[in-house]
Amino acid sequence: MKFRALALAAAVSAVGLTSATVSTAAFAQAKEQFFPVLVYRTGAYAANGNPWANGYVDYLKLVNAKGGVNGVKISFEECEFGYATDRGVECYERLKGKGATVFQPLSTGVTFALTDKAPVDKIPLVTAGYGRSESQDGSVFNWNFPLLGTYWVGADVAIQHIAKQAGGLDKLKGKKIALVYHDSPFGKEPIPLLQERAKMHGFELMLLPVAHPGVEQKATWLQIRQARPDNVLLWGWGVMNSTALKEAQATGFAREKMLGIWWAGAEPDVKDVGAGAKGYAALTLQHSAEPNSKVVKDMLEMVHAKGQGTGPKEEVGSVLYMRGLISSMVAVEGVRKAQERYGKGKVMTGEQTRWGLENINLDQKTLDGMGFAGVMRPVQTSCLDHMGSSWVRIQTWDGTKWTPGADWYQADEKLLRGMVLNASRKYAEEKKITPRTPEQCKQ
Amino acid sequence: MLYRENGQFKTTYAADQQIFTIAQDKWFVLGVVAFAFLAVPMLADEYMFRAILIPFLILSLAALGVNLLVGYCGQITLGAGAFMAVGAYAAYNFLIRIDGMPLIGALLLGGLTSAGMGILFGIPSLRVRGLYLAVATLAAQFFCDWAFLRIKWFTNDSSSGSVSVSDLSVFGWVIDAPAEKYLFCLGFIVAFAVIAKNMTRATIGRQWMAIRDMDVAAEVIGIRPMYAKLSAFAVSSFFVGVAGALWGFVHLGSWEPAAFSVDRSFQLLFMVIIGGLGSILGSFVGAAFIVILPIFLNQFLPALGNLLGFHISTAAVSHAELIIFGSLIVFFLIVEPHGLARLWAIAKEKLRLWPFPH
Repeated sequence: MKFRALALAAAVSAVGLTSATVSTAAFAQAKEQFFPVLVYRTGAYAANGNPWANGYVDYLKLVNAKGGVNGVKISFEECEFGYATDRGVECYERLKGKGATVFQPLSTGVTFALTDKAPVDKIPLVTAGYGRSESQDGSVFNWNFPLLGTYWVGADVAIQHIAKQAGGLDKLKGKKIALVYHDSPFGKEPIPLLQERAKMHGFELMLLPVAHPGVEQKATWLQIRQARPDNVLLWGWGVMNSTALKEAQATGFAREKMLGIWWAGAEPDVKDVGAGAKGYAALTLQHSAEPNSKVVKDMLEMVHAKGQGTGPKEEVGSVLYMRGLISSMVAVEGVRKAQERYGKGKVMTGEQTRWGLENINLDQKTLDGMGFAGVMRPVQTSCLDHMGSSWVRIQTWDGTKWTPGADWYQADEKLLRGMVLNASRKYAEEKKITPRTPEQCKQ
Repeated sequence: MLYRENGQFKTTYAADQQIFTIAQDKWFVLGVVAFAFLAVPMLADEYMFRAILIPFLILSLAALGVNLLVGYCGQITLGAGAFMAVGAYAAYNFLIRIDGMPLIGALLLGGLTSAGMGILFGIPSLRVRGLYLAVATLAAQFFCDWAFLRIKWFTNDSSSGSVSVSDLSVFGWVIDAPAEKYLFCLGFIVAFAVIAKNMTRATIGRQWMAIRDMDVAAEVIGIRPMYAKLSAFAVSSFFVGVAGALWGFVHLGSWEPAAFSVDRSFQLLFMVIIGGLGSILGSFVGAAFIVILPIFLNQFLPALGNLLGFHISTAAVSHAELIIFGSLIVFFLIVEPHGLARLWAIAKEKLRLWPFPH
């Protein structure tokens, strides 16, 4: 009886302590540039979330090892949210009070939730390769930066690639292309562009949603077997990708006719399927697996050799690791650019970093100098274009590793721009935002 | 000594039928409410409001609704998340499709729509009970998940399937600061808690409890099971629907059906079970336990690690959070199967005898 009372009292008081301890946020470090890191190292998407997070954090460590951004050291803190939108928002609220530079949630759902909050808190939201496609229009989406590519870019290039294989855009007429997508804002993003392209070229678009987390796809692939589409686009994330490949193998759908988005083209997606996924191709967000690049060698030498590595050494250079690394790099370059204007060697605020992100200009020489030769192509953002570039390659899985193709694609600027403007104007109207004029941009 | 009703004589029936018959209780609760309305907006910071207090209040309201159905009427439901979704999407559609629709009107209409859905999905309760009913209500969950993902009309043809609401205002009062959002939610929750408390003390609540305790006996003494059960479904779904609308409008701002997944239904049911079935207070305590404890553990464990001089990785913290949270649930269910609210009741009983327990 006594133990019971004691234990109860202890448990109750532990719960009661909550409010006291939770509010002990905010310990601002004045001299360090603080990067909040939203990660998911647990849950259904951990296999993909882990390498991304390791790459992201490792690059910040590498910057520090090289002396910081013009002498300003970077500090960071991880917050685990398990790809759940509400926990992601909680992490945002928790970390923004510590003087956050930029947020990169690696979740389209969280991006949607934060898009309304970022302008109020004046913190840029960098979504390299995901997020809302129309947020490329920086005059309406002042704080969103879908750097390097959006899902509309991905969808556009996917159609271009299929057309190229078929022998021209006019050959698409009468073809049937199926989109197998994660049933969430992430998976639905490419649909408007694909529908537009379907109208233009006269191919039939089949939409096949897969419920989260994507382990149950028998019905989807039965439909594919019946309808026999010419190509399948795979818009998956996490376990959904390997499941789709296994189902394709089981139903006998040629893997060569499958094309994945860049989030469906990493090692965890195909490793388990191994030779069964041979011939499967995926888009790349510029980079593929880059174990031989200079930045990876630097990383191994300056971070991992000193026992500072975040994840296992073998993972360095893999696709998602590189994605995290590059996401981190563009944010750091935003800060570096901002320092050029607001004072070198100073800590930048979110507002100042936004100016930096709007004025990123990484030409090939700079990129090569930073060790990104062969990994990336130039990126140049502006106040009106928050994406910067739309370079995409196609990589193919040969059963053991990803090999990038030689061709570089770019999204059709005319089509993309029109759709982005339409969607962003509609958003501006809904939210009563007055788009910035080019004059306002210069300030 | 302090907590004793000696000397408080009731001379009228009205005095005898008050919610809090003991003066100390009344003053304590009024004090808490006054503190929440007046002091908290000045004391709490933005993180506290946005990440903790607002979700806690809204989920308390939802738990209250679930408690009316599960705790008072004895009908197990696994469709609470669905009714939240119905409330949120209905309120959204009322707001954007009808010009000049006031915010509170949209929220309440969302609740009413949800009540209608509740009645519809409550019909099986007239034939099946217990676990079988739980499975039947699960159908509501899957149906709503499907409807809000597939039927474009509900999401106003949004290409991503995500809808958003902004510029909340009531009678010219623009609700945008976290403290204002908190007060708005608090107003709702206090009003609904008073309504719920009174309902459970009135005819309708007694009917629900009679049905819960033994439906055949209840029928014999003249309670109509159909009316009692369906009214419980309607009222519960109304509460849950309003909570869902608040969750979408005030807390999330933009949402997708995943915000009201089956996980949410389970979470609400757990809140009610852990907090205390058939107790208004239990809904609040349960919500606090489920909402706040994981966040607390998530921040407390790394701090504890630092204090003891070692670094805990993010993944380890997350795993430990789940382990500790799970074991606490098991612990409380073993030690106090009637829920955390029962602990409070026991404490009050002890306090009444204190300091002379014998």
